[in-house]
Amino acid sequence: MGYIISHYWNELVQGLGYTLLASVIALFFSTIIGTMFAIFEVLPNRLMRVIGRVYIEIFRNIPLLVIAMFFYVIVPLYIAKIDGFTAGTIGLTLYTSSFIAETVRAGIQSVDLGQMEGARANGMTYWQAMSKIVLPQAFKIIIPPMGNQFINLVKNSSVLAFVAGFDLMYQANSIASLSLDTINSYMVVGLFYLVITLPLSYYMRHLEKRLAN
Amino acid sequence: MSMIEFHNVEKYYGDFHALTDVNLTINAGEKVVLIGPSGSGKSTLIRTVNGLERVQSGRLLVDGFDLADRKTDMNKIRKNVGMVFQHFNLYANKTVLENIMLAPRLVLKRPEAENKKLAMDLLDRVGLAEKAASYPRQLSGGQAQRIAIARSLAMKPKCLLFDEPTSALDPEMIDDVLNVMKTVAEDSSMTMLVVTHEMGFAREVADRVVFMADGQILEDDSKETFFDGQPNNERARQFLGKIITH
Ligand SMILES: Nc1ncnc2c1ncn2[C@@H]1O[C@H](COP(=O)(O)OP(=O)(O)OP(=O)(O)O)[C@@H](O)[C@H]1O
Ligand SMILES: [Mg+2]
Repeated sequence: MGYIISHYWNELVQGLGYTLLASVIALFFSTIIGTMFAIFEVLPNRLMRVIGRVYIEIFRNIPLLVIAMFFYVIVPLYIAKIDGFTAGTIGLTLYTSSFIAETVRAGIQSVDLGQMEGARANGMTYWQAMSKIVLPQAFKIIIPPMGNQFINLVKNSSVLAFVAGFDLMYQANSIASLSLDTINSYMVVGLFYLVITLPLSYYMRHLEKRLAN
Repeated sequence: MSMIEFHNVEKYYGDFHALTDVNLTINAGEKVVLIGPSGSGKSTLIRTVNGLERVQSGRLLVDGFDLADRKTDMNKIRKNVGMVFQHFNLYANKTVLENIMLAPRLVLKRPEAENKKLAMDLLDRVGLAEKAASYPRQLSGGQAQRIAIARSLAMKPKCLLFDEPTSALDPEMIDDVLNVMKTVAEDSSMTMLVVTHEMGFAREVADRVVFMADGQILEDDSKETFFDGQPNNERARQFLGKIITH
C-alpha cells in the first residue's frame, strides 16, 4: 500500500479533488432541488404535487449509472457538449435530489400542522411560514437521514469512473491496471474515500448534537 | 358597523356537512361567546372567519372582504384578524420575543426598534417579560397561551378569534389566561369571538352567547337572556344546565 500511495500520489490527489468537487457540487444542488420538489409535494395545488411526485419517482427508480450515461452519451449527441465530469455530476445531483426530496418531505410532514396554521393565522404568507417556521424545524429533524444521503452521495460519486470523470474510482481502475496490484490499489482508494466520508459523518453527528439542545 | 357577517353559509368536509345555513352578524367591538357540544362545528365556524377553512356557499364577510370568494386575498384579512388556538401553536424554533416580533416584521414591516418595544410592552402586559429569551418548550401551558395572545395582539388586529384557549390547560393556569383575555376585552373596539366553556368568563365579558349543534346555530341571545332568562331552544337549555352544574 505504501508503494501505491507514494508512487501514484499525484493521481490519487487528483482523484480525491475530483471526487470532492463532484460531491460538493452535487450536495449543494441536490439539497436545493430536493427541497424544492419536497415543497411541491406538500403544496395545496394538485398539479404541483403531481409534478413533484413524477420527478421523484423517475430519478429514484432509475439506476444512477443509467442516468449518468444518459448525460454522458445522449446529451452531448443532441443537446449540448458536456464532458464526463459534468455529465456524471449532473446525474449524481438529480439522482440524489430525489432521495433528498423524500427525506425533506418526511421532515416537513413531521412538523406539527399547528406551526403552519399559527403562522398563517398570524398573517404570514405560505412562503414566509414555510421558510421561517416549517423548514427550519423540518431540517433539524432530518439531520440524521440527510447525513446518510450525503454519505451515499460521496460513495455514489464513484459513478464518475464510468463516464471518464477522473474521480477516485477512475484513478483506482487506472492505478490497478498500471501497477498490476489490484488489491492494494482499491484498498488505498477505499481509504481515500474514508478521508471524505468519516469527517462528513462526524460533522453531521456534531450538528445533530449541537442543534438538539 | 359589522365586523363579521355569515349569510347562508354552508361548509362541507368532503361529503360531511359541517356548517348548515349559518347566519350570524357580529358588530365591530362586540364580544361573542360560542358554545356547543363536541363536534358541533364550533372550531369549523371560527376557522372560516380567517380563512383556515374554506366555505362552499353563501357569503362570509369579514372586515368587508368576502371569504366565500376564491379571489379574496386571505393574507389581507389575517392581518386584521388574529387567532388563539387550543394548543398555542407558538413557533417552536423561535424565542418568545421572536414569536411576537416575527409577523409584524415580515408582514407589517414594522421598524425593528418600535417592534421590539411593542413586543416587550405586550410581554409586560401578559406578565411574562422575564420569558423573552425562552423557547416555547420551556414554558408552561398557561404561559404559552399568554404569549400566544401577546403574539396575536402584536399585529394590532381589529378582531381576535379564540378556539378553546383554556381547555388544554391545568386548572390552576386557566385564570391567568382568562384574566389576560379580560384585559383584551376592555378594549371596546376589539371584536372577540370566543369558543369556550368557561361560563364565568362568558357572564363577565360576553355581549352575546351563540349556541350551536350539528353544524347549525340554534340559539343567539344576549348574555342576559341566555344566563338569566332561558334559552328558547331545548338543546341549548340542556347544554347550559350541564356545563353550569359541571
Ligand atoms: N378536516 C376535517 N375533515 C373532515 N371532517 C372534519 C374536519 N374537521 C372537522 N371535521 C368534522 O366536522 C365536525 C365539526 O368539527 P369541529 O372541530 O368544528 O367541532 P367542534 O365543535 O369544534 O368540536 P370540539 O368541541 O370537539 O372541538 C366534526 O364531526 C368533525 O369530525
Ligand atoms: Mg373544536
